[in-house]
Amino acid sequence: MGDILGLVGKRLGLGVFILFVISIIIFFMVELLPGDIAQAVLGQGATEENLAALRKQMGLDQPAIMRYLDWLSGAVFLDFGNSIVTGERVTAVIGERFMNTLFLAAYAAVIAVPVAIVLGVIVALLRNSIFDRVANVVTLSFISSPEFFLGYILILFFAVKWQMFPAISSLSEDMTLGELLIRTFLPALTLVLVVMAHMMRMTRAAIINLLASPYIEMARLKGAPPWKVIVKHALPNAWAPIINVVALNLAYLITGVVLVEVVFVYPGIGQALVDAVSKRDFPVVQACCLIFAATFILLNLAADVGAILTNPRLRHPK
Amino acid sequence: MTNKKEVLLEIKDLEIQGYSDETWVDIIKGVDLTLHRGEVLGLIGESGAGKSTIGAAAMGYARDGTRISNGSIEFDGMELTTASESEKRALRGHRIAYVAQSAAASFNPSHKLIDQYSEAPLQYRLKKRTEAQEDAMELYEKLRLPNPQEIGFRYPHQVSGGQLQRAMTAMAMSCKPDLIIFDEPTTALDVTTQIEVLAAIRDIVDEYNTAAIYITHDLAVVAQMADTIKVLLKGEEVEEAPTKEMLDSPKEDYTKSLWAVRSFKRDQKERPKDGTPLISVRNVDASYTGGDKVLDDVSFDVYEGMTVAVVGESGSGKSTTARVITGLLPPSKGEVLFKGEPFPPDYRNRTKDQLRQCQMIYQMADTALNPKVKIAEIIGRPAQFYSGLSGAALKNRVDELLDLIELEPSKYYNRYPPELSGGQKQRIGIARALAAEPTFIVCDEVTSALDQLVAEGILKLLDRLQKELNLAYMFITHDLATVRSIADEVVVMQHGKVVEQGPKTKMFTPPHHPYTDLLLSSVPEMDPEWLTTLLEERGVDNVGDAATAQIDPNDPKISG
Repeated sequence: MGDILGLVGKRLGLGVFILFVISIIIFFMVELLPGDIAQAVLGQGATEENLAALRKQMGLDQPAIMRYLDWLSGAVFLDFGNSIVTGERVTAVIGERFMNTLFLAAYAAVIAVPVAIVLGVIVALLRNSIFDRVANVVTLSFISSPEFFLGYILILFFAVKWQMFPAISSLSEDMTLGELLIRTFLPALTLVLVVMAHMMRMTRAAIINLLASPYIEMARLKGAPPWKVIVKHALPNAWAPIINVVALNLAYLITGVVLVEVVFVYPGIGQALVDAVSKRDFPVVQACCLIFAATFILLNLAADVGAILTNPRLRHPK
Repeated sequence: MTNKKEVLLEIKDLEIQGYSDETWVDIIKGVDLTLHRGEVLGLIGESGAGKSTIGAAAMGYARDGTRISNGSIEFDGMELTTASESEKRALRGHRIAYVAQSAAASFNPSHKLIDQYSEAPLQYRLKKRTEAQEDAMELYEKLRLPNPQEIGFRYPHQVSGGQLQRAMTAMAMSCKPDLIIFDEPTTALDVTTQIEVLAAIRDIVDEYNTAAIYITHDLAVVAQMADTIKVLLKGEEVEEAPTKEMLDSPKEDYTKSLWAVRSFKRDQKERPKDGTPLISVRNVDASYTGGDKVLDDVSFDVYEGMTVAVVGESGSGKSTTARVITGLLPPSKGEVLFKGEPFPPDYRNRTKDQLRQCQMIYQMADTALNPKVKIAEIIGRPAQFYSGLSGAALKNRVDELLDLIELEPSKYYNRYPPELSGGQKQRIGIARALAAEPTFIVCDEVTSALDQLVAEGILKLLDRLQKELNLAYMFITHDLATVRSIADEVVVMQHGKVVEQGPKTKMFTPPHHPYTDLLLSSVPEMDPEWLTTLLEERGVDNVGDAATAQIDPNDPKISG
């Protein structure tokens, strides 16, 4: 186990380094955005003196490298400065929204991951049957349709026609968990449909890939029934690729959901990012990008560790 | 030996087809087989003879891409060709069990040995988990596995190959089946390890009076194990007879040719009196990144036009030595000299002329040739690279090389490796090495993946090429029969050290280094009593790993 901790430590260090590189890229990309921030804040009518004063106040008169270091030293302690639109702390603006996004992602993941893996196992068992083909076509159709389209279809049936779930997922402070789950069901379902195909197909492929192995033949020759061959003998050796695809899709659930948020008017971080970009609220943009990058790095790290933990050779060294 | 007892398995007129090139081709063409309770039948033949296919069919199992097209398979009164899938499944692992060739690949890497042992007894509700585990430990002990109480709780990768093969035999025994199919169970093992597995299998089959089909291509092995032997060729039976009769007086020509196969021998050459060796390995230590030393003070010389055989068990450092000589693995200490001049340790620092001197032929011709590249290009590329040939000159050179390896140029020029047989592929590997016009070739187990007749052809070819082109070979092998036929000098390696070296005649006459002795005495002989005699001499508990461990480090022959 000591080896695994060492490995996680190493990867974590590497992750921090990558995050540092990304922070440079993010900061200077935002720098490159056209237009003058002070001008944007004060509007066309501002006088030269006012603009200069604001620039000084915001530190815009400093060289970019100084501002970067200043920003970075804050970001390390989760202090991303103040929003230039509302003047609030950036953490106050996006903190709650990020939690909302995490909630929705977790909701979708809790449904999608088990369902996708179980379906993947079933289609591997019934490979090349009608069920396999239908499951393939259906999940592929979901992944190929734009998310907003899926969202509106779900609204049409579940909210408008059958009136089972609300069409709008706005949140309020005093909702119970039950209400919350009902209110956010449709956006979660949309996300489930979007990420399922990928995970299901990888589960199927990873299992089928192993079916030619001698130990699978051995299991058959020991009289194991087909479901047991798949679940007990193939699946435990197929986890590594499956975990990687799951991690990728979880990252997508956090960073790629802006369309779904817009359709269901859900107060998540995607919307916050889009708003911030259109208003040139660059501290918010930078913070969002950094959070997304950190999400990807952490999930990939988790996938690596997961793949190691499912490999008996690494788990039980000689 | 068996008295005439109840018939357990009767196969009649069995035909099996395999799917290839979008049609069904016959691979088993009408084979009959009768097996009585407690009897051991040896199935032998070259690869492609259909031995394993028949073995699987005896369980009513057709591998993916094959189908049983005709005939009947009757196991203890039950017709398997018409039985339903679940009826057949109920037999497998319970009344008929299977032991596969490579235990390392056939154990599921994700589960402990003892859980895999218990799987069938639990499934058939014959035993409770704890009972099955106790059984397992008892069997492990009978099969002389070390730490029988504990070894089952390890994962397959934590156990050595010979031990795994015995654990697999134990697993096959878990439901005390009536019949076990042994599919080349010792082919992947070293000779010293093979003995312990053979002894274990024989004991256990005797003790429980289990019938067995023993599939192998090694005559000497089958002679130890079987009551009767059936010889197969290309899906058809050649002949069947009780073991002793078959060994003493085979009737068919094909069988005789199998028996005669170890006959190739050539005269042993002597080192030139004076002169520098072509390749000289001097006090080489080597290790893979971060690992322990795998070579420890290895020294030997290879003279021009001579063959040095390097023998030893797997893991003894034979192939690593080859990697050091070719520059793939720079040594951590010591050096390699070429005609007395130091060879740069890393191949990247060698000149084109130095690189060309030293070529390799690999064990697995299958994986050593790119399946998507034409033969002409495989052989042509080194000719182009080292000799700068192009156009017509290059084509002539490739033709010449194909002639040298006895393949007709016009027929093979435009073909791809997957279209060739194993022996032909190995010939292409030889031609590729020759294309560089080397003086020294490393042959790494070049015949061990081939059938004996084909291997013999390759050895003859290598011998002829050596005479014509004055080549020196370093011949890595674990097969002492090959050493006898082709070597001039022998280097015996164990645990990364050279334990003994010298001219072949000297090496094959006593007194030996105890390890050489162990290797030599472990090679199965055609005498059916060989194993019994050997076990009596050595003692049952003193075979395989145990025997290696028994070597007395103070033995006077070691220092001498």
